[in-house]
Amino acid sequence: MNSTATLASRRFRPGFWTAVFVVTFLAFAIVTVLRFTKGLGAVTNLSDQFPWGLWIGFDLLCGVGLAAGAFTLTAIVHLFNLKRFEPIVRPTLLTGFLGYGFVIVALLLDLGQPWRIWHAMVYWNPHSVMFEVAWCVMLYTTVLALEFSPIVFERFGLHAPARLIHKFITPLVVLGVILSTLHQSSLGTVYLIVPSKLHSLWYSPLLPLHFYISAIGAGIGMVILESYLSKRAFGRHLEMDLLEPLARGMVVALGIYGLMRIQAIYRNHAFGTLLDFGYEGRMFLLEFVMGVILPVVLMSFRRLRSNPDWLVGGAFLAVMGFVMNRLNVSITGMEAASGIRYIPSAMEIIVSVGLVATGMAVFAFAVRNLRIFPEGPVTESQVPEEGA
Amino acid sequence: MGMGLLIDATRCIGCGACSSACKEQNKLPAKVEEVLTAYTWTTVQEREGLNVRRLCMHCEVPTCASVCPVAALKKTPEGPVVYDSERCMGCRYCMMACPYEIPKYQWDRPVPVIGKCIMCAGRVKDGQPTACAAACPAEATTFGKKEDLIWEARTRIRSKPGAYVDHIYGLAETGGTSVLMISNVPFEKLGMKTNLPSDPPAQRTWQVLSNIPNFVGVWGAFLFGVHWITARRDDVAKAEHHTNGRGDRS
Ligand code: SF4
Ligand code: SF4
Ligand code: SF4
Repeated sequence: MNSTATLASRRFRPGFWTAVFVVTFLAFAIVTVLRFTKGLGAVTNLSDQFPWGLWIGFDLLCGVGLAAGAFTLTAIVHLFNLKRFEPIVRPTLLTGFLGYGFVIVALLLDLGQPWRIWHAMVYWNPHSVMFEVAWCVMLYTTVLALEFSPIVFERFGLHAPARLIHKFITPLVVLGVILSTLHQSSLGTVYLIVPSKLHSLWYSPLLPLHFYISAIGAGIGMVILESYLSKRAFGRHLEMDLLEPLARGMVVALGIYGLMRIQAIYRNHAFGTLLDFGYEGRMFLLEFVMGVILPVVLMSFRRLRSNPDWLVGGAFLAVMGFVMNRLNVSITGMEAASGIRYIPSAMEIIVSVGLVATGMAVFAFAVRNLRIFPEGPVTESQVPEEGA
Repeated sequence: MGMGLLIDATRCIGCGACSSACKEQNKLPAKVEEVLTAYTWTTVQEREGLNVRRLCMHCEVPTCASVCPVAALKKTPEGPVVYDSERCMGCRYCMMACPYEIPKYQWDRPVPVIGKCIMCAGRVKDGQPTACAAACPAEATTFGKKEDLIWEARTRIRSKPGAYVDHIYGLAETGGTSVLMISNVPFEKLGMKTNLPSDPPAQRTWQVLSNIPNFVGVWGAFLFGVHWITARRDDVAKAEHHTNGRGDRS
């Protein structure tokens, strides 16, 4: 068993990483206490001019995007019946779950009165995109939990409930894909209401579609990245035979998305803003050239796609492009209209970093204890003892 | 059409009586701040030698009310757009979405709520003018039926050609507002938003949201259809080859 040997030799040094994690988490806890005793103004750089910042732009918008790989792959495997991709469904479900975890934590911190979050279930306003967003968060988190639950059930030998879920897997996956489609796009719809505020390089009546398609592209990119990171951390091999065709899918999604963006800018007569190379123009070029054009061009070559290093590089660019896009829509593109420059406070950044750190820790914990990867959990029983 | 306010920037003497009256009426901290905050719902700012009032425009189709997930903001039949702080959960989407940048937040409080002019909804309901209109010594802020105010504004603009810019701010902006303004200086120079669409922004999101039920039906049917076809193909293939595949299901 070659794989168990590498698993043992390449595991994290628990000492160092645990220390990093503990420090980050403590800082996170302190910020949380300050947030709820001194108010949002004391910990964030948010203001009446700039009411939404990093927690919405990164934690929420990108957290939801993280989960795009889950619905894409469950659809590929269960609906399009391409069963060979099955081995990478579980890590994407786990990531999706973590992504929604980000969103919920971000909401609990960012909402002025998070203890009233249930109000969205009682006081309806179907005219509000935020109302749709709230329901999508609730319902899709439930669906993800159900889709993920067999992995937990099987760990404890509970085969009856696992089988039960399996019976309903098709309607569950369909529901998950519908909710995801709604949710990914609704985050774009959120910005439809600010035609006079969002910069014309990003505003478009088709924003919901932009958000949806770019999420699919980045979701696939994230699957590739994750496979690579788990390879580094746990000494797994890269499933190149699965990842290469996925990269092709990523090129198609990003390609369509890129064309839509260009069309939107043309419609807005916004190409002029690129020529004077101002703040927005530079940020746009960074996002679009690095995060869309470059990965599409690179990943179009079979030779590069089949090379693990290039493949991971291309996926990394796509994911970064996605993150930059969400930050540009929520922050860069809104700054001119607000009249101020928003730079997140150190405490806002601590929360975002803390979330990412927690996400990675939970991922590692799950991988060690559950059968996330086909070769089974990386548990103490398999790995010759080496601390915990 | 409901009630409204007509604000004539050429008549305002900048005394600030409206701001003080508002503070008293709505039991806000007495200090009048320079810009709108959660504690100062109306200000008088000097621009181009004029005194310009800033306050909620009380849109006919309020963007703030359309985006609020818990319907904490509402347009009343009398005209005011009111706010229910007991419902608000503090998502601040109203602040993001309001084209006039009116709703403000209590950033300094652990249990914060939104603050904005509510057009003295209680007084208006009882048939009284708003506190600011009642306090104005120069008739720069007039309260009345919106149709009367439009007529009044038109008369003022027509009777003295050249004394006013020929534009009633709030008549068309974002689908119309209950607060109307006239001035002798173009509105963009007064710091008013002039890049606003004449259709209510709320329509743009409603076009998307109202299609969700159709979308769910079509997309759901499509996904089930795809599954049905591919699964069937799989069954046929299985029956032919009689192989087990990996059967890796739990
Ligand atoms: S001006 Fe803004 S806060 Fe006032 S009613 Fe219109 S959208 Fe709402
Ligand atoms: S902050 Fe309050 S009033 Fe404003 S949209 Fe959110 S819940 Fe509604
Ligand atoms: S209408 Fe009432 S709440 Fe609004 S500014 Fe005037 S006094 Fe204040």
